[in-house]
Amino acid sequence: MEWLVPFILTVITASTPLLLAASGELITEKSGVLNLGVEGMMLVGAIAGFAVTASSGSAILGIVAAVIAGVLMSLIFAFLTLTLMANQVATGLALTIFGIGFSALVGSKFVGFAIEPLPGLSIPGISAIPVVGPILFGQDFLVYLSIAAVFGVGWFLAKSRAGLVLKAVGDSHHSAHAIGYSVIKIRYLATMFGGAMAGLAGAYLSLSYTPMWAENMTAGRGWIALALVVFATWRPGRLLAGAYMFGLISVMQLHAQGAGIHVPSQFMSMLPYLATIIVLVIISSDRAKIRLNAPACIGQAFRPAH
Amino acid sequence: MTGDAGAEAMKGNAPAQLEVRGVTKAFPGCLANDDISFRIEPGEIHALLGENGAGKSTLVKIIYGVLQADQGDLIWEGKPVTIHSPHDAREMGVGLVFQHFSLFETMTVLENIALAMNDVRDMAVLRQKVIEVEKTYGLPLDPDRHVYTLSVGERQRIEIVRCLLQNPKLLILDEPTSVLTPQEVEKLFETLRRLADEGCAILYISHKLHEVKALCQRATVLRGGKVVGGCDPREETAKSMAEMMIGQKLVAPDRGKQREFGDVRLDVTDLSLISDEQFGTHLKNINLQVRGGEIMGVAGVAGNGQNELFQALAGETEHEAAPDSIKIDGKSVAHFGPRRRRRLGAAFVPEERNGHGAVPDMSLSENGFLTAFRRMALAARGLIREVPTRSFADNIIKTFDVRTTGSGAEAGSLSGGNLQKFIVGREILQDPGVLVISQPTWGVDAGAASAIHQALLDLAAKGTAVLVISQDLDEIFAICDSVVVMSEGKMSKPRPMADVSIEEIGLLMGGLHDLEADATPANDTAEVGGRVGQA
Repeated sequence: MEWLVPFILTVITASTPLLLAASGELITEKSGVLNLGVEGMMLVGAIAGFAVTASSGSAILGIVAAVIAGVLMSLIFAFLTLTLMANQVATGLALTIFGIGFSALVGSKFVGFAIEPLPGLSIPGISAIPVVGPILFGQDFLVYLSIAAVFGVGWFLAKSRAGLVLKAVGDSHHSAHAIGYSVIKIRYLATMFGGAMAGLAGAYLSLSYTPMWAENMTAGRGWIALALVVFATWRPGRLLAGAYMFGLISVMQLHAQGAGIHVPSQFMSMLPYLATIIVLVIISSDRAKIRLNAPACIGQAFRPAH
Repeated sequence: MTGDAGAEAMKGNAPAQLEVRGVTKAFPGCLANDDISFRIEPGEIHALLGENGAGKSTLVKIIYGVLQADQGDLIWEGKPVTIHSPHDAREMGVGLVFQHFSLFETMTVLENIALAMNDVRDMAVLRQKVIEVEKTYGLPLDPDRHVYTLSVGERQRIEIVRCLLQNPKLLILDEPTSVLTPQEVEKLFETLRRLADEGCAILYISHKLHEVKALCQRATVLRGGKVVGGCDPREETAKSMAEMMIGQKLVAPDRGKQREFGDVRLDVTDLSLISDEQFGTHLKNINLQVRGGEIMGVAGVAGNGQNELFQALAGETEHEAAPDSIKIDGKSVAHFGPRRRRRLGAAFVPEERNGHGAVPDMSLSENGFLTAFRRMALAARGLIREVPTRSFADNIIKTFDVRTTGSGAEAGSLSGGNLQKFIVGREILQDPGVLVISQPTWGVDAGAASAIHQALLDLAAKGTAVLVISQDLDEIFAICDSVVVMSEGKMSKPRPMADVSIEEIGLLMGGLHDLEADATPANDTAEVGGRVGQA
């Protein structure tokens, strides 16, 4: 049983960046904006966090920098798609490609640097309890934040008036405009939230998961986060379950190799993506679920008619 | 302007609920409102009349704060006001029932109401208030139902309840009856009269003139963005008001002499179809026969299976199981797609013009080619024959008086009425044996509508079987020889137009088909209709 605790710990760390990025994207998509640039925003967040932490020695400053970098990236996207009405899919893809290149450029100076990983929570006595202690009380604060974020997003969408307005904008932007809500402003805010969370997810990767910088270190996690949102049919509860399931699958590949199971490592690395495709197919066949939760206006530019 | 002047004199100097003074609003390329002035008194039901594009919607948006006027003033209870947003308008006491409902389908009734209220602190309190208003005005609605499960009439009720909750002093209704059955219209009018009695001013926008006549005390007529006159609808005829709206004499369609009906050309027998749309309607045992020379109308409230029927007839949904359920000129076609049906001489005009009837980004001549290339021989060896294609489009434009810059113009650049004339013309000039046409004059101005009606009558006179699917009962009464009514995917028995009343059709639209389904003689329904008509 001694393998169990480290196994669970690695599942948690693998799931956290997915959960952070996906809860941000969930809010963005609920407002009717499809931002495919999550991967790029995560990478820029990761390098911003790492660079600032390495230069200043403060992880807090690094995290703040990562959030700001994510928001700035999302603002580029928002300006192009919401103000200039560019196509969201194309702009999102471009944002990811831009993010990959830009982070590599800035990060070239930081390859090989080492920093202290984010400290875990340490409550004397409690954190030392076998099994429960390290799992529940020994994580760094971004892990707790990711769980809080998904519950926060759930509460926001289900209970708050602002959440109702956000859903309304995503459901029918013309109706929302006619009633008097500022569609563009609300979508800007939702897109910025998505950027901030993607930045945080990136910071988690470069400051805690593997405290170093490597080119393209997100390794497709931004795409999995995007798939997760659809996988969860835009519901926060399922997002939590889905993120941990995907985390589990990606960790299993390491452990299977460690346990000497002879499965090609390439097969295991492709598992999360395969699972995504299968789940997307299954979910798409149930139109009722999609229709009730999917934001009907997703990806559509809003031009107020006169 | 005598009507306006008279009413103003009667009211003396008491401030109007709302006075619009010299409002002007220009959009790039068009002057939507040009120096518009009129006033609405408290407790008055005031009609705003005008064709599509006359500037009614723009004016409403200015009053509701969605748009800002370039020039002019709004005077509310004697004081000039600027309305920056719908929020401001609601704060002042302006309520608006939208023409195309401003509802959110996946949300509940209560959530939809909350979204349009300025201050909602407690959903439980709001729920209580909603239930109270519903009771007071007799507008039953379950606050927890999702909007997509509601009928169109119920959806409109949400909009009205939403306005009433704000205790409006001015209620604006934009084409509120276009989706209601005659009985639902009567209920709506009761509510409005009651509100007016309580002192609420009502601005009623409609192109249904007999309704305006029944409801309103005063009317302001707009044409081309200008006020062209005012009148007391109670003293006018629908025809005189229509002529004021279009600015010329209105010619009723010429039905010609009694047509002889030929053989059955479109034959639908026991057509049942499960809709694969999430919120679609299933077709249940549809039966109808349209003979050559006959125009049959399909009446019904929107969403009762008309779209599914059109798609089944046009071949957009194929029916492998029972090929015999649809026959064109005696040939079973239910398992055919649209092209094979067109080859047999059928033509189809869908309700949606842009994107269904025509490709908006393509030119008119390309759009003409798309459905006509076979019958009009516009293609040779896989290539488009440019000259005949262009002259076919030119011919449509000339024959049907389509106002456009030429056959090279993009379909999307035409106004709704002109594009509809082009699409209808494209099908009619192919000389079809069977024509199925959905909402032929929806959103089309009166001049273009009467041209389309005349074209359909002329086509029938040449021996074509025409099926007109329409929500507009006036239209059905004006051009059809017989009528069927759709309700919840079922269809009533065909009745000759001559011995059916508007009340009976209204009852059938509301879903009284069960009476008929039990093979009771047709005059039973007539009796029910008569009783309700008298009541």
